[in-house]
Amino acid sequence: MVIFMAKVMGLTGNEAIAYAVKQCNVDVVAAYPITPQTVMVEVISEYIYNGEMDAEFICVESEHSAMSACIGASLAGARVFTGTASQGLALMHEMLYIASGLRCPIVMGVANRALSAPLNIHGDHSDMMGSRDCGWIQIYAENVQEAYDWTIQAFKIAEDPRVLLPVSVNIDGFILSHCVENVFVLEDDVVARFLPPRKPLITIDPTNPITVGAMCLPDYYFEVKFQQFQTLNESLKVIREVTKEYESLSGRKYDVLEAYAMEDAEAAILCIGSTAGTAKEVAKGLRREGKKVGVVKLWVYRPFPQEDLIKALGDVKALAVLDRAFSFGAPFNALCSDVISTLYKYRKDIRVFNCVYGLGGRDITPMEIRGIFEETLEIADTGRLKEYVRFIGVRE
Amino acid sequence: MRRLSGLSETGRKMGWKELPIGGYLLEPGSSMKYKTGDWRAFRPIIDQKKCVNCLLCWIYCPDGAIIRLEKNVDVNYDYCKGCGICANECPVKCISMVEEKW
Repeated sequence: MVIFMAKVMGLTGNEAIAYAVKQCNVDVVAAYPITPQTVMVEVISEYIYNGEMDAEFICVESEHSAMSACIGASLAGARVFTGTASQGLALMHEMLYIASGLRCPIVMGVANRALSAPLNIHGDHSDMMGSRDCGWIQIYAENVQEAYDWTIQAFKIAEDPRVLLPVSVNIDGFILSHCVENVFVLEDDVVARFLPPRKPLITIDPTNPITVGAMCLPDYYFEVKFQQFQTLNESLKVIREVTKEYESLSGRKYDVLEAYAMEDAEAAILCIGSTAGTAKEVAKGLRREGKKVGVVKLWVYRPFPQEDLIKALGDVKALAVLDRAFSFGAPFNALCSDVISTLYKYRKDIRVFNCVYGLGGRDITPMEIRGIFEETLEIADTGRLKEYVRFIGVRE
Repeated sequence: MRRLSGLSETGRKMGWKELPIGGYLLEPGSSMKYKTGDWRAFRPIIDQKKCVNCLLCWIYCPDGAIIRLEKNVDVNYDYCKGCGICANECPVKCISMVEEKW
């Protein structure tokens, strides 16, 4: 038996990300506070003020400026971090595309929160789903431990010369950002060995001038964007490599997705973020009753792990896909659309229905998840779908 | 092999595998190589017999595409976008705008 000597700390999701950022020896942080991310950058600014972290904290006047400053610093060769949520992410939207288009390996912690109007500060995935096509690698953590682990891995993935793309580490607002958990943390020198200082391939440098962000007309734009598109798709391989290396030093196993009790499952729930924890707990109970249910949790949402998903689903007959955001006017919501597209592509005949839940931070209870499982089992049994999209707990 | 500019040695337009990442331009001053003259729909033709070399076209040209010679002016068709400001400003009306047949 291998015993990993580990230090345990009581940290909230925000603090865990901040602690990881400190250990990752980040050079520049440019951020603007917004609920529920505020503590994340507040703690980082304390580290810097106390001299525990040798970094430049740029106090900016908005999230648009925060991301702009991050892009400049990243192009100059710095290791860069920022954090935001909700309206802040929406205000950053324009710059998110520039960060990925200019191939800046920025890491951003996002404490997912609902979008206004009506104003709501609680957790759902509307913010990041609204920016899902921005060309960033998008990772969703299930708990605080994962938030810590993924933040460290995110820098390694982003800065890999085969990737050079920004990465967002998403934690559910309040559910993870503000809840204290016991977190196994690595020693500083272990993180430093895993993540040596950034070695940029090309930087902006007055003695060797280059042009970045120049206009690109119809004759070249398509090729440049295709290069980015291809790189994002191929980054799955690098993500997997990084998780393997991280496992060897932390003892914690990560991948692009987690398949829980899926080996012989007939009905399953697919979701992202903290809800996967509840779903796994409910599945465990149902398994004890002899029900063949499982859970698929995507850690990596962009690039969408298509082959891994097909493999994980195995011989499942019915699947409920849980979305914590609306895609207004769309036939299915974001996550479910991606799942159905993947099933179509691989000619996989699984009965799929979409459940929208927990908007504006509304809790999803184990009983509700049990209900979804039971319905999925029924569909697996009869092969008949009643509704394609359901809205969990919404009052008429 | 990623090259510095968007054109390969043979002048062929590069594909996505060859281009520098992120649309970076790794060669300073490479815009000189980009000939904007092919944006032109109308071509300014100077009647050298009528030209009085007043240089108003040279002053007004927004692209610096009027070439100053010893006794007269000429047009740099590599960069002239055909806006027609020179023809409009010419006091002796010696510049005519002729439709390009590309």
